[in-house]
Amino acid sequence: MRTLTENLLQSWEETPHRIALRLLEGESATDLDFADLLAGAARYAGALGNAGIQPGEVVVIILEHGRDLVESFLGAILHGAAPSIMPFLTEKLSPERYQESLVSLIGVTQPAALITYSSFEARARSAAEGSSVRSVLLDRAVSASGPTEPSSFSGPRRTPNDIVLIQHSSGTTGLQKGVALSHAAVLRQCHDYSAAIHLGAQDVVVSWLPLYHDMGLIAGFLLPLLTRVPLVLMSPFEWVRGPHRLLQAVSRYRGTLAWLPNFAYNFCAQKIRDDDLAGCDLSSWRAVINCSEPVRWKSHQLFSDRFRPYGLRERALATCYAMAENVFAVTQGGIDGPVVVDEIDLAELASSGAARPVPAGEGLRILSCGRPLADTEVRILDVDKKPLPDRRLGEIALRSQCLLTGYYHRPDLTEQAFHEGWYRTGDLGYRADGELYVTGRRKELIIVGGKNVYPQDLEELSGDVPGVHPGRVVAFGVFNENLGTEDVVVVAEADDPDPDARRRMADGIRSSVARGSDVVVRHVRVVDPRWLIKTSSGKLARQANRDKYMGEREEKPAPAVRDLSAEEPMDRRG
Amino acid sequence: MSTPTEILRSFIVDSLLKDPGRALGPDEALVSSGLIDSFNLVDLALFVETSFGVRLHDAELRADVFDTLDQLTTLIEARRGEAG
Repeated sequence: MRTLTENLLQSWEETPHRIALRLLEGESATDLDFADLLAGAARYAGALGNAGIQPGEVVVIILEHGRDLVESFLGAILHGAAPSIMPFLTEKLSPERYQESLVSLIGVTQPAALITYSSFEARARSAAEGSSVRSVLLDRAVSASGPTEPSSFSGPRRTPNDIVLIQHSSGTTGLQKGVALSHAAVLRQCHDYSAAIHLGAQDVVVSWLPLYHDMGLIAGFLLPLLTRVPLVLMSPFEWVRGPHRLLQAVSRYRGTLAWLPNFAYNFCAQKIRDDDLAGCDLSSWRAVINCSEPVRWKSHQLFSDRFRPYGLRERALATCYAMAENVFAVTQGGIDGPVVVDEIDLAELASSGAARPVPAGEGLRILSCGRPLADTEVRILDVDKKPLPDRRLGEIALRSQCLLTGYYHRPDLTEQAFHEGWYRTGDLGYRADGELYVTGRRKELIIVGGKNVYPQDLEELSGDVPGVHPGRVVAFGVFNENLGTEDVVVVAEADDPDPDARRRMADGIRSSVARGSDVVVRHVRVVDPRWLIKTSSGKLARQANRDKYMGEREEKPAPAVRDLSAEEPMDRRG
Repeated sequence: MSTPTEILRSFIVDSLLKDPGRALGPDEALVSSGLIDSFNLVDLALFVETSFGVRLHDAELRADVFDTLDQLTTLIEARRGEAG
């Protein structure tokens, strides 16, 4: 198998009536076999062909979670075009802001077509004005079109090194970093990752993850589809309002695998009523894989304690370290044996960078993310980019057969990301006995509920509020033990000492960030002029300001494990 | 005795927004403004169930069903009326 297109066409031919996807919406379930799903995808492929879209061109999909999103994505691949999903407008987002993001995405990605709803057509056309976009396709028109014969697809003429899809995180900064992946890279990841988790015919994947995120797109969509493992898919919008739906679906459809970001362990453990779990049997679950934000021992305990009475096996708890740049997984733990727990002296790790083991009960328990996949090498680098020995903290770098082709149309960012063929992840961690422990980040990314958020985007949104000045507002993440994820904190300086004016400013910041980004701010602190710490070159030092903020809070959290190198220019990694 | 609106207001301000003392108007948008994020909607539903004995279905946790304190109070009272 050389390309995703070949793989999909082969499944259509060989197993047309095998269930590929069970789509849950509210109380209803729609079963789609390979023939249903790919016939739907073929209509999109046909429509792209009729619109004159060429193989190799980019198609941006602006649809909500559901059948059309899935079919249009696969349709673009059948046509040989590279799909890229833009998360659809939510009720809290400002349509104007959202349109600006779309303009920004179109600017860097240079798509030839957009696929969206008629209700969004006017905004889509307006965002596409004067751009590379030659066609705006509407879901209804495509769904109503006649069948398309596989022989007419251009996709099978693509080669393994051609780009199959582009994946990016949200926000102005994230949209600039479209991760372009080749057919070969995605297929290699599916092959190696299937081996790591022993994916087989008996498996059923259950997912609520959004498809615009690497974990949802790969683990919760392409991996099962390309390996013909049935996938039960629900919408993230429905899951977050009714987290019991995931467990009910595992029980009903005998789910064996699921991937969850760390916060979801806390969320499920804390927010589900007993009534909603009545009759739930989780004994089929062989791996619940914690991935996409730092994995926490305590979150696993909460989850395990809460769901053991419903048949959850302790051994089902697993971990993974993954990133879009490597298609998905880099390491996997908890499959061939329980997740390894390392207990170390955290203060020593923070001060000297040595991960010294201590007797049980005396240190911090850190969950291993497991061992590298086949064809994947992991190294820990010091500040001079030299490899470090075991149990020394440094930047995680990797080399594999499934790395990105590049950040799409951003060779500058691609070049910065690599050092002598090694991809520098920006994450901090250490290795011990073959296991990888991820402890923090060098880059100043905030991860909220598994979503990557760039602080500079939140600072820019805050800067739109009257009284907030550029360069005098800083955003960072603070881990919230109870939620199992980071809280977003914004600290802004105000010239006006009036408490009411400051409160209005704080409200304005909350509102601007809520309406302009994927996240909400948990704490806003308005401070006096000259509170914020800057580097010698006048830039904001986010880590130093975070430390100062934490120091002034009443409750002292555990010391942050972070980059141990001397102060270095901020925003170095873009 | 506190009114339902006051009970809800103090829960939202103290427990969800973690900003005691913050004013919250009866017509202020809670959901569409992003003031209450999607993670907190479940907390709000659980609180309503515990405090008022009214179950909000998860499909109802959206701005077009209720978006303000007033609308939420009205919804709760209507449910209690049905139950009584």
